Amino acid sequence: FLAGFGSLMQDVLWCFSQVKGTIDTGVTESDIISTVEFNHTGELLATGDKGGRVVIFQREQESKNQPHRRGEYNVYSTFQSHEPEFDYLKSLEIEEKINKIRWLPQQNAAYFLLSTNDKTVKLWKVSERDKRPEGYNLKDEDGRLRDPSMITVLRVPVLRPMDLMVEATPRRVFANAHTYHINSISVNSDYETYMSADDLRINLWNFEITNQSFNIVDIKPANMEELTEVITAAEFHPHHCNTFVYSSSKGTIRLCDMRTAALCDRHAKFFEEPEDPSNRSFFSEIISSISDVKFSHSGRYIMTRDYLTVKVWDLNMENRPIETYQVHDYLRSKLCSLYENDCIFDKFECVWNGSDSVIMTGSYNNFFRMFDRNTKRDVTLEASRENSKPRAILKPRKVCVGGKRRKDEISVDSLDFSKKILHTAWHPSENIIAVAATNNLYIFQDKVN
Amino acid sequence: MAAPLGTGGFTEETGQEKQDTQEKDKAIPPERAEEAKLKAKYPNLGQKPGGSDFLMKRLQKGQKYFDSGDYNMAKAKMKNKQLPSAGPDKNLVTGDHIPTPQDLPQRKSSLVTSKLAG
Repeated sequence: FLAGFGSLMQDVLWCFSQVKGTIDTGVTESDIISTVEFNHTGELLATGDKGGRVVIFQREQESKNQPHRRGEYNVYSTFQSHEPEFDYLKSLEIEEKINKIRWLPQQNAAYFLLSTNDKTVKLWKVSERDKRPEGYNLKDEDGRLRDPSMITVLRVPVLRPMDLMVEATPRRVFANAHTYHINSISVNSDYETYMSADDLRINLWNFEITNQSFNIVDIKPANMEELTEVITAAEFHPHHCNTFVYSSSKGTIRLCDMRTAALCDRHAKFFEEPEDPSNRSFFSEIISSISDVKFSHSGRYIMTRDYLTVKVWDLNMENRPIETYQVHDYLRSKLCSLYENDCIFDKFECVWNGSDSVIMTGSYNNFFRMFDRNTKRDVTLEASRENSKPRAILKPRKVCVGGKRRKDEISVDSLDFSKKILHTAWHPSENIIAVAATNNLYIFQDKVN
Repeated sequence: MAAPLGTGGFTEETGQEKQDTQEKDKAIPPERAEEAKLKAKYPNLGQKPGGSDFLMKRLQKGQKYFDSGDYNMAKAKMKNKQLPSAGPDKNLVTGDHIPTPQDLPQRKSSLVTSKLAG
């Protein structure tokens, strides 16, 4: 397979592969995709939406007859994960929107994933059934009870093949542990625990225990009037089960070691880029708020996304990022209107490719951006139905900032801010990406020669 | 026909942009200009830079207030008049408006299958 290995690699050409969802003139709110995640092998791709539903796609086996067609993703299972709730005690409406899905590594034939809304985390088991028992003594094939007095012979039921059925069952419900809204969940590398983070607290859970969790971070001030920052994202280190990071609305990242204390309020490392005071404005803090933090697969780096940039930090250097990439700096002169239409609060995610050489994040107008860390080159691509012929190569897009607009460019003022790509995912080892464009899911692959 | 990857998202400027920036350096940085625009539109905007107000709003997400005591007293006061109803944004309760049961959005779960699975 091709994976972006260093600058010796030929430029990757991205092609359209599939699009899921309907072409609607008006988008139903509940169809808006709110999270996308490949599992650890890339065989499965899960999406969550605002309506609380999860859809899982499975990659089909590659066919020797069609070597040019890399495995496509087809629907494997779909289920209602969360429902809307109302907490009458607090007069609080609880959205069913799935904020995050995280897969557990596969340990047997079944697949397990965690899905969460604002308040409750659930562990779902997705398993296949392709055999069923037939020949019961006490009931007939329809399930109706037979009259025992009519039974004259006994038989042993046998397992017979049946059409494949994929079932999703909720195995654990981890509820009532968060006063504030859950923004992140992260499975630990020990595969026994996971964490859930809300605006002010982070809890550690054991998968087997649903009625207790350990609080490991609490930044709630004694007096809420003194509140100055909230937790925006959190993640466990990919290999060290004692280490995790969490990001804040002030643009900082804290790395914590659970071995040092039960309550990790004191960080082991504190990552912050010094700000130029002359640049400070009303918007500074808002645009510095980190919307996503992700460890590299290697565990050596973390990547953060704030409103205008993506930054890569070396765990060994706390005082500034080692790389900063401009996602859409032209928005800096639009901050007033972006504040008025609330777009300035949009939370974009960011992802690493399998080899940590390329990073990707979304933007507006259904654009998404990729940055090659080795060649320092970047590209802007678009998820659009116009580019949806099978294996059509995506043409790079360019936003024109001022003055002369070339034929293929689009001007900043023509960008559609309602078409935002907040959620993307990259296959763990191949150049296959999933891009959520409001209510549609696009899958792109690199060109097969 | 694929075009080659673009240049510098990596904090570099082309020749033309450098010229523009040098001219702008003498002018106000774009962020400050935008801030001035905002303050001109909303002079009463909080003195502290975008911070605590947004955080509190974020923490309050989902809060729906309905006080049956207030509602009944307002009804009694108004007698024949209609209670003022919420504006288009039913989630924002401001001023003298007393929420009515009609204002509280209906909660229903989506039992329809996702269109992604269609």
